[in-house]
Amino acid sequence: MENLGALAVLLAFCLAAYAALGSIVGGWRRKPFLVHSAERAVYAIFFLVTLASAILVQALMAGDYRLAYVAAHSNRTMPLLYKFAAWWGGQEGSLLFWNWLLAGYAVVVVYTNRRKHRGMMPYVTATLMITQCFFLILNAFIVSPFQVLAVGRGITAVADGNGLNPLLQYWAMAIHPPALYLGFVGFTVPFAFAVGSLVTRQPGDAWIHTTRRWSLVAWLFQSCGVLLGAGWAYAVLGWGGYWGWDPVENASLLPWLTATAYLHSVMMQEKKGMMKVWNMVLIAATFLLCIFGTFMTRSGLVSSVHSFAQSPIGRWFAGFLILSTAAAIYLILDRLDYLKTEARLESVLSRESSFMFNNLILLASCFAVLWGTLFPVISEAVTGEKISVGPPFFNRINIPIGLFLLLLTGVGPLFAWRRTSLDSLRRNFLWPALGAVVLAAGLLAAGVRHPYALMSFGLCLFVAWTIAAEFYKGSRAISARTGRNLIMAAVELTHRNTRRYGGYLVHMGVVFMFIGFTGAAFNKDTTVEVKVGDAIKLGRYELKVQAVNEGENENYSWHNARVEVFKGGAARGALAPERRLYKASRQGTSEVAIRRGIQEDLYLNFAGMSDDNQRAVIQAYVFPLVTWIWIGFVVLVFGSLICLVPSKVRMQAARPPVVKVTREYATVEK
Amino acid sequence: MKTYGKFAVLIVVIVGALVWLAAGGISETKTYYKTVAELNQMGQAALSKRLRVAGDVEQGSIRRAGTEVRFILCQEKMRLPVVYTGSEPLPDTFRDGAQALADGKMSSDGVFQAARIQAKCASKYEAKPGARPGEIVVPLNKAGT
Repeated sequence: MENLGALAVLLAFCLAAYAALGSIVGGWRRKPFLVHSAERAVYAIFFLVTLASAILVQALMAGDYRLAYVAAHSNRTMPLLYKFAAWWGGQEGSLLFWNWLLAGYAVVVVYTNRRKHRGMMPYVTATLMITQCFFLILNAFIVSPFQVLAVGRGITAVADGNGLNPLLQYWAMAIHPPALYLGFVGFTVPFAFAVGSLVTRQPGDAWIHTTRRWSLVAWLFQSCGVLLGAGWAYAVLGWGGYWGWDPVENASLLPWLTATAYLHSVMMQEKKGMMKVWNMVLIAATFLLCIFGTFMTRSGLVSSVHSFAQSPIGRWFAGFLILSTAAAIYLILDRLDYLKTEARLESVLSRESSFMFNNLILLASCFAVLWGTLFPVISEAVTGEKISVGPPFFNRINIPIGLFLLLLTGVGPLFAWRRTSLDSLRRNFLWPALGAVVLAAGLLAAGVRHPYALMSFGLCLFVAWTIAAEFYKGSRAISARTGRNLIMAAVELTHRNTRRYGGYLVHMGVVFMFIGFTGAAFNKDTTVEVKVGDAIKLGRYELKVQAVNEGENENYSWHNARVEVFKGGAARGALAPERRLYKASRQGTSEVAIRRGIQEDLYLNFAGMSDDNQRAVIQAYVFPLVTWIWIGFVVLVFGSLICLVPSKVRMQAARPPVVKVTREYATVEK
Repeated sequence: MKTYGKFAVLIVVIVGALVWLAAGGISETKTYYKTVAELNQMGQAALSKRLRVAGDVEQGSIRRAGTEVRFILCQEKMRLPVVYTGSEPLPDTFRDGAQALADGKMSSDGVFQAARIQAKCASKYEAKPGARPGEIVVPLNKAGT
């Protein structure tokens, strides 16, 4: 079977090369049959990659330990879900998963556009297939998932596999990589359309209209991926945080930042015909950062707590990145004429300018994160000394950026296009701003001294207020006209312009997340060695250790502590943090116990037994407001889904569409 | 052009502020990567810098005492005693024989004060007896995301 799988990957690679060449030649020489046959190759590739994936998954499920990949990432005692998840648990499999997703996306693109955009489609297909080709090269020739274990001349099987890394045996971890990859791979499609539009010198915004939903869906998946990763780190890694500015985390954040900038700045192009070059740059940057992110997690370029081995694919990735960057730069520079802006910035207080600052600041954040992540590589190249920067660097620069973005989230959508009058400023912002100041002053009086926290809470109230006011104003108008109650009117309002009100909901989700992030300013923690009967004091909590147990099952052995929780003297149930040692991989993991609440989480980690094996080392943390991050995440997903629902009322574009760009001067006859 | 002037000023102010923050952040948190051998050669110069040292955890050298963990990092023949007093729990991959990265400062008594430890576990399958090098192709223990 593994031979069939390897053959399928090889054939898929040949077909991808053919599809790329065929569509380029077919588009260029206007040979519809070539274009069609290339499109059929796309379907065939999907079939072949699916077959290869099915063979690998089958081997994982059935435990075919002759395969190196299966032996390394699965074992007999693993639950079925994780045997399946082992598909993307290691390098070879996750690249195959990448291929499968890309092939799937390509099929959807080719099928839905079979009668649309015929001029541009060959180049769209070609871009997708060149990317596919690259990833198939990796799977077919460099890191094959179908390699068998061999000793001497014979193929051998090991008795049992190593098992999926125990840290990955957690529900969010089973869906975090697919979500992230759906996002990463998804941005290939808008990029492909951008390339198609550039190559065929499309004057209008066809590529943006076509890919608006794509970008949004890809962005949504990426957001899910990043946040599930954060949720996993919080609940599994046991270092008591959700974000550590680790290179791998940063790799997933980078394209998300440019994608967020892109989602905002395309509105400028749709509404005003501005920022055309910029949008091309952003989508290209997003695509390249997605590839770069995969590269960084896969190559060991920067050492990371995720500890990836050095692998031979780094050079290939670097090559592909350089080539695609060069191609994107060339295309954009060569087609600058077709990307002329149709309007100018008129005022600092305008929607345009708020979008511009939003973009500037997101890009600055992206650049800072990239710089910080690559600092060891850069400093080694420049000074010969490898120097890294730590989380304080990232926090120091990203906290002010985040607060500024939060401010823009509140004011941007309420600024008018072109220019905003003082009167409208006063009308929209007077009360929310006053409310924010009162809240900040109140918190200051209550003893909160952290300046960023005060600003953040004030801004959160400000933004939430402006959003609520928007919903209220709109719903009241509808309710007055139709006699419906306010809630029904709000639903109607949202349905009439899903993009706008869905966007507000996303912003609301962001506000909730900021509330959660700000809670980190008030974290408390303590580490103590305890034996049965001891009590730990932390803030208003008193934790009494009731029992320390140990035991084992077929998958792992464990130690745990039963801890009774008292808050302000009242009993609040018990928690049981646990420490496991997985047998197959001889790796330990912490099963933290978390008592979640709207106000704060109590987080207990069983760090291990003391040296004499008599006392348990317990780490206790109080994380205020963390739950708001996950609430915000749910609201954000809900808002993005609303944005995807078509509006009931078609919005008219307020500007005449560009039909053609000429290089000659037009003479107007009188 | 007056509007553009305003934009230019705003942009310069924002970017300037960020660059200033970034520069401060870098000089405050920069950490030098050193090998155990390089560290031993640095002498007094090592005392003032934040350092990150890589090496293998010597077999049987891990001693826990209270919240303090002592161990020895070795690289070929060079050994470096390390004491970890950080508040974060040690990574699960940290154990005898693992490759570890210790972040922290050198103290004058020759013990490395680590504030953070990262670890990679060594492969489970070493070359099996009877096999020529390169014949066993088992990629192991890569945490994948």
